[in-house]
Amino acid sequence: MSFFEFVSVYWPRLLTGTGITVAQFFLSAIFAVLLSLAFGLMKMSSNRAVKGFAVTYIEIFRGTSLLVQLYWIFFVLPLFGVTLEKFTAGYVAIAMNTGAYGAELVRGGILAVPKGQWEAATAINMSPAKRMWRIILPQALVNMLPPWGNLMIEVLKGTALVSLISVADLMFQAKQINASTYLSAQIFGTALIIYYILARFMLTPFMRWLEAFMSRKLGKA
Amino acid sequence: MFDWLFTDDWFPKFDWRWDFAWEILPRLLEATLNTLIAAAAGYLIALVVGLFLALAQRTNYRTVTFAVREFVEFVRSTPLLLQIFFIFYVGPQFGVTLSPWVSGMIAIGLHYSCYLSEVYRGGIESVPKGQWEAATALNMSTLQTYKRVVIPQAIPPAIAGLGNYLVGIFKDTPMLSVIGVAELIHTANAIGSETWRYLEAYTMVGIIFLVLSLPAAGLIRAFEGFVRRKLGM
Repeated sequence: MSFFEFVSVYWPRLLTGTGITVAQFFLSAIFAVLLSLAFGLMKMSSNRAVKGFAVTYIEIFRGTSLLVQLYWIFFVLPLFGVTLEKFTAGYVAIAMNTGAYGAELVRGGILAVPKGQWEAATAINMSPAKRMWRIILPQALVNMLPPWGNLMIEVLKGTALVSLISVADLMFQAKQINASTYLSAQIFGTALIIYYILARFMLTPFMRWLEAFMSRKLGKA
Repeated sequence: MFDWLFTDDWFPKFDWRWDFAWEILPRLLEATLNTLIAAAAGYLIALVVGLFLALAQRTNYRTVTFAVREFVEFVRSTPLLLQIFFIFYVGPQFGVTLSPWVSGMIAIGLHYSCYLSEVYRGGIESVPKGQWEAATALNMSTLQTYKRVVIPQAIPPAIAGLGNYLVGIFKDTPMLSVIGVAELIHTANAIGSETWRYLEAYTMVGIIFLVLSLPAAGLIRAFEGFVRRKLGM
């Protein structure tokens, strides 16, 4: 079976799989950003309990594998009474894992904002919350966007793991088609190319655009 | 989802059984050894191949540089899981059957060699230009320059990055379970399907990963200091 024949037969399944992958990616990415912000700020808190909680979360999720976390959330959490559907378990695991890495980026980005900015905001009588939201975070965001680009690629790659708890994403469809046809080179090759297109020609250019957009917004470019 | 909070018998659901945990511990420790072997073997492959990928991007042949660059980008932006499946299943289609271990090592080694090539590249680029010029002035060949001048100076700044990817490769070994390498997750899955108990096995696997990867950051820093002292930097 030639490559084009192959694609013409199986494209609907590949397309639905890609759709699920993209959905998993967006949900994971959104929750990962929120978790990163929350835990990055908590890690900088002067309250030792808050800080300790954030450090524990970050160390646990950075110290173990995404796959272990995914299985734990999917198979063990129900024993504690929290049953997540497989689709939900998938993006929750990826988001929690990425959030731990992102929290460090948020912290690093905030620490890289010059001290004078903090002092100036205090001098014009801004409340700590307003200072963080209006002055520090926007500048921190520009500082940390380049590493976030890499992290987002990791999120996209991480979504392939949800196939192992039977979420019907691109990886899962590829595995299924492979099991029924044994056209391994065609199907896995096509899936690789789809992931590559998503990462290299959609995600990366978007992150580059976002970097340029944000620094223009801040009048840096 | 939280209705369990409002029933009065939620506590017994958390039935951790120490005797069961104790019973499966030897199997998990054996699997830990396999995980460590897989990580070490994959990492050795990545260290060697990664160096070649980094050097290949510095040659004067535009085609080679371009092809290697694109290859590295491709591998870095596609999922390791898919690459493992690709290498394991595509071989037999062309008459080359690889065992799970061999194809797993190739996949994970190749994947990480692309990451390591970037670390090497950064290290090599951090060597000041004067060092190259001095080596040329001393009439050293390119090979000599790399071996005696550039690489020894490129390694210390690269150690932190290299070390992080050692931990990374260790944490990615669970993906090898999908093609039947008997590492930690594979063993935990087996225990789960034999006994229908998932709590102990998966939790213990998580703890084993934590115990092994948490001290790593400190060890890497200590090792970096050791190498810098050795090289008199």
